[in-house]
Amino acid sequence: MPSPVVQLTSVTKRFGDAPPVLDGIDLTAQPGEFISLIGPSGCGKSTLLRLLSGLTPPTAGTLDVLGAPPGETDRLAYVFQDPTLLPWLDVTGNVEALLRLRNLPAAERAARREQALRLVRLTDHARHYPRQLSGGQKMRVSLARALTLRPDLLLLDEPFGALDEMTRDHLNEELLAIRAEQNWTAFFVTHSVAEAVFLSTRILILAPHPGRIVADIAIDFPHPRTDELRRTDAYLRLVAEVSRQLRAVEPSHATP
Amino acid sequence: MSRRLLPPLLTGVLILLAWLALHTALPPSQKFLLPTPGRILAAASERAPELAAATGWTAAAALGGFALAATVAVGFSLLLASSRLVRAALYPYVMVLQMVPIIIIAPILILWVGPGLPSVIIVTFLISFFPMVVNNTQGLLSADQNLVDLFRMGKATPWQQLWLLRVPAALPYFFAGLRIAAVLAPIGALTGDYLVGTTSGGDAGLGITAMICSTRSEIPALYATALIACALGWLFVGTVSAASWAALHRWHDSYNH
Ligand SMILES: Nc1ncnc2c1ncn2[C@@H]1O[C@H](COP(=O)(O)OP(=O)(O)O)[C@@H](O)[C@H]1O
Ligand SMILES: [Mg+2]
Repeated sequence: MPSPVVQLTSVTKRFGDAPPVLDGIDLTAQPGEFISLIGPSGCGKSTLLRLLSGLTPPTAGTLDVLGAPPGETDRLAYVFQDPTLLPWLDVTGNVEALLRLRNLPAAERAARREQALRLVRLTDHARHYPRQLSGGQKMRVSLARALTLRPDLLLLDEPFGALDEMTRDHLNEELLAIRAEQNWTAFFVTHSVAEAVFLSTRILILAPHPGRIVADIAIDFPHPRTDELRRTDAYLRLVAEVSRQLRAVEPSHATP
Repeated sequence: MSRRLLPPLLTGVLILLAWLALHTALPPSQKFLLPTPGRILAAASERAPELAAATGWTAAAALGGFALAATVAVGFSLLLASSRLVRAALYPYVMVLQMVPIIIIAPILILWVGPGLPSVIIVTFLISFFPMVVNNTQGLLSADQNLVDLFRMGKATPWQQLWLLRVPAALPYFFAGLRIAAVLAPIGALTGDYLVGTTSGGDAGLGITAMICSTRSEIPALYATALIACALGWLFVGTVSAASWAALHRWHDSYNH
């Protein structure tokens, strides 16, 4: 049994005196898992990712991320909901921005950058500035930037939430294709059940007040997954089932 | 003719026509109040050497004060942006710098520094410093929070965070402040010349020249100094605008084509 990528034991997070945002989270992620986090707004999904990345410390409990406390690994990459690009740099500059922070030599930077650009199919736009790109292209740049770190753990916080459905579907397929080449473990926050079912090997449903995991659903569809999957009965049934479980924890549906 | 040049040229022609119309409408005894552009030009060419020297002197004072203010503003804003505590301690006094009336500073400057170029540069500095330091500081603090998080996660050193994130993010603000200062600096140099300048040694700037023209009631020459001062202002603003364009047009939304 390989050692887990992520191990959380009784993790609690509160901000100031407010009631805990996350309470008693136990969670283990094995290498290669693609875990979607889904739940009502404000239930602590982003906070969980920030805990994993070391951006914020837990109030109680222990986290182990890639064999170390959070924030100590350099094999973790984070993709924000907004593309979060540096507007004064072109695509090339943005994609290699994190490598620059690590002071990697130019040749190594160029090699990783070219590979990442190829993976997200943006090689032709290397000289464009962010404002010249569409929403989907900007998100691809953001993803490419994360991939240059050659991560073992990829955290994505609603990365495609602002995109239209067509673009989102395409990016989902691309993301799985990249995963097949690179084999990172992923935590993926989304509001879209369909997206979660398509991408994930496992879906965690979170309930609010306090944030906690209320369902842990395995998604066993074989890889590679293509657009065909979206039209199978098994897929549609699973989407319906996860939606039903999610509705049970959505505040607006909890009481009739 | 290009589309960008036509509108301002048309406006200029309209202003000129209105000017001439007003001149024509004035009763003969009052016409001296608004001389024709022709008479202003004639007066300017009569005094060309004197005006040229004064313009050069004022331009030097304006440039000196402007450059000094820009440099100090950059350093000071880096200090102000470094911590909330520093800001709380220093910001009120930066404001005071702008609030003390130049009219009151002037006699003090004459006592301390004496009349002449250094005092005029200090007045220019005082007038153009404030918008730059405020804009720079705002800019340095304006970096997107997600980008700050990204840099933190990338384990950026404070130095990297400053040079690769905060400074570039501040550039649009920096140029906005610079542009306001470019308008203020020539005015500051003129005012300074008027208040703390000197006529000794042929060191007269446009402010003193204007004062002399007005005491001698040489109205066309007075208009000439005013127009030259405007031209100087345009030159300053134009130069800053060009630099701003060069630094920002590729990426900043204010230059959307
Ligand atoms: N830095 C913070 N300070 C105080 N409260 C916070 C902070 N970050 C998040 N919260 C609170 O934690 C809760 C969960 O937020 P978040 O993790 O962003 O939810 P989600 O991503 O699931 O929508 C919210 O109620 C939010 O107001
Ligand atoms: Mg969130």
